[in-house]
Amino acid sequence: MARERTLFSGLVGACIEAWAELRIHRTRVLLSLIGVAVAVTALTSVVGLGAIAQQATIESAERSSGRPATLYLSAYSNTGTIDPDALETAFRTAVGRYKIDFASTVVYTTQRTQFVDGAVDVDTQLVDEPYGTMHRVQVDEGRWFDDGDLDRLAPALVVNSIFWQHLGSPDLRTHPTVTLLGDGKTTAVIVGVTEALPYVETPQMFMLPSSYYAIADPTTVAQLQPQFEVWVPTKLFEQLQTLLQRDVAGALGTDAQVDVYRQDYASTGEDPFGPTKLVIGGVAILVLLLGALGLVNISLVTVRQRIREIGIRRSFGATAGRVFFAVMMESVVATVVAGLVGVILAVLIVENPLVQQFVAFGITDLPPFPIEAALLGLAASAAVGAIAGLLPALVAVRVKVIDAIRY
Amino acid sequence: MTLLRLEGVTRTVELPDAEPLDILRGVDLEVSVGDHVSIVGRSGSGKSTLLNLLGLLDNPTSGSIFFEDRDTSTLTANARDRARGRDIGFIFQQFNLLSGRTALENVMTPLLYATGRQFWRRTQIAQEMLEKVGLGHRGASMPEKLSGGEQQRVAIARALVRGPRLILADEPTGALDVETGGTVMALLDEVAEQSGAALITITHDANVAALARRHYRLDRGVLSPVDVNRVLALAAPEVAL
Repeated sequence: MARERTLFSGLVGACIEAWAELRIHRTRVLLSLIGVAVAVTALTSVVGLGAIAQQATIESAERSSGRPATLYLSAYSNTGTIDPDALETAFRTAVGRYKIDFASTVVYTTQRTQFVDGAVDVDTQLVDEPYGTMHRVQVDEGRWFDDGDLDRLAPALVVNSIFWQHLGSPDLRTHPTVTLLGDGKTTAVIVGVTEALPYVETPQMFMLPSSYYAIADPTTVAQLQPQFEVWVPTKLFEQLQTLLQRDVAGALGTDAQVDVYRQDYASTGEDPFGPTKLVIGGVAILVLLLGALGLVNISLVTVRQRIREIGIRRSFGATAGRVFFAVMMESVVATVVAGLVGVILAVLIVENPLVQQFVAFGITDLPPFPIEAALLGLAASAAVGAIAGLLPALVAVRVKVIDAIRY
Repeated sequence: MTLLRLEGVTRTVELPDAEPLDILRGVDLEVSVGDHVSIVGRSGSGKSTLLNLLGLLDNPTSGSIFFEDRDTSTLTANARDRARGRDIGFIFQQFNLLSGRTALENVMTPLLYATGRQFWRRTQIAQEMLEKVGLGHRGASMPEKLSGGEQQRVAIARALVRGPRLILADEPTGALDVETGGTVMALLDEVAEQSGAALITITHDANVAALARRHYRLDRGVLSPVDVNRVLALAAPEVAL
């Protein structure tokens, strides 16, 4: 018990000493810690911004190939053609059986559309309502499809911004319409506008499959090659991949070849952001090392100035361990405070709307400031403090007391 | 009761390109509780080396040092440090007050290495000690705002605040004028006597040395007793130490 009491008062005493040192040498400490605070700010900001950049990349990948795990299902006949209705029925039955919430038909086609300056074959993607969530479709104006759109007599369209601009960017509250050409003329209503992809320069649109089938020429519909997508839990994808393939193939008969495969960005099993993380981590460590080097330098210089004081303390009974601990503690306490300041600055930088506008452009699910970045910043500052304190602490314990007093 | 005993203590320093240098040769000394001993000697006579040994800051090359009948060579480094903090108080020529800290904080510093009541009630104990040396009202003053005599009184309070059994005063009046030096020595003698601590004054000032009850002279590493009259005679400028 007496030993514990001694240890406790020793610990408290070392903390008091460290705090007193920091208080007395505050100008010197402040100057030396600016480097650490800047380094921690840089480290935490890089990690924080890296998380946002990673999220932006993930969302971009998910927009094109779906969220993990997205399974694609396609079927073809070994002898002739697959009946689209039979395929649709087989797919929907299987999806219902396994209670898959996110499933969509995906068909690429063109739809002749009348604009004021002439008719244009518009690239059209026939998708169901869940596709918007599955592919993070961003609707800038208006809305994405909903269940009510299935019952519309005038088909609902979600068009890209080029399409919309072709129409003169009408206010969607006025329910702008466009004429779809085919066997006859069909008036469709634009319910939403998406941002055109950077490489796209032509009008494009989304349409519900049922709306398209209702107005399209049956011959054209028969020639379409529908694909299907499902978004399933990553843990279950292998199981569902087998089951979907088996069920749909079974429903279509032996003549049909059914493929179910995964193609989202995470399908390889490797971390696609590994190289990015390595680069970010490398930069962060370099920045931190620079800060640590500055601190070690200043600590070594100042501990030499304090040798006399350390000698005096030793003459009062400060053990070598106590002096070592106090010098280390002083360094760690100071750098943790600097680290805290650095983390706060990093949060202010990363959460700044101007910075986010630049880094997080186009992100729908903006990640919160990553707590691991803040913890990393604090841990790094404590580690830097310990490393930077180690050398001066070793110098301090090697002091010859009487020589130090007369230093 | 014997507090400190040196038996045949020698201290030799190895030199890189010369014969080993004998700094102390066969030093015998016995100091009892409440004793006041002075050691006079010229510069280079080995006073500092003896101070290091008496303060458990160094080990003899041969011979033994007993503190309260315990051979100090059997103590670990940490045990020696703790014993020094607990039982020995140092007073230096240049006061060696810690800059940037008030007089009270300076006096409190040794209590940071104490345990129990001394640690937790350090402010109160330090304040009482300052009052004992007549500086209760200067606790908040920084060392540079104090006169030389006041600084040395703070240093005395600091040396005595843990109630040491042995006080080692290294040229305690070396940085003071004669009058202030006399006052400080009187105070040191009084406070040491009140606390029952033994006082060893190492000095080249014969007048200061004469205040002690027993007197020694250190010459070329050899410690020998000397009569008080001889010490005072040595104070005359024409007589060399």
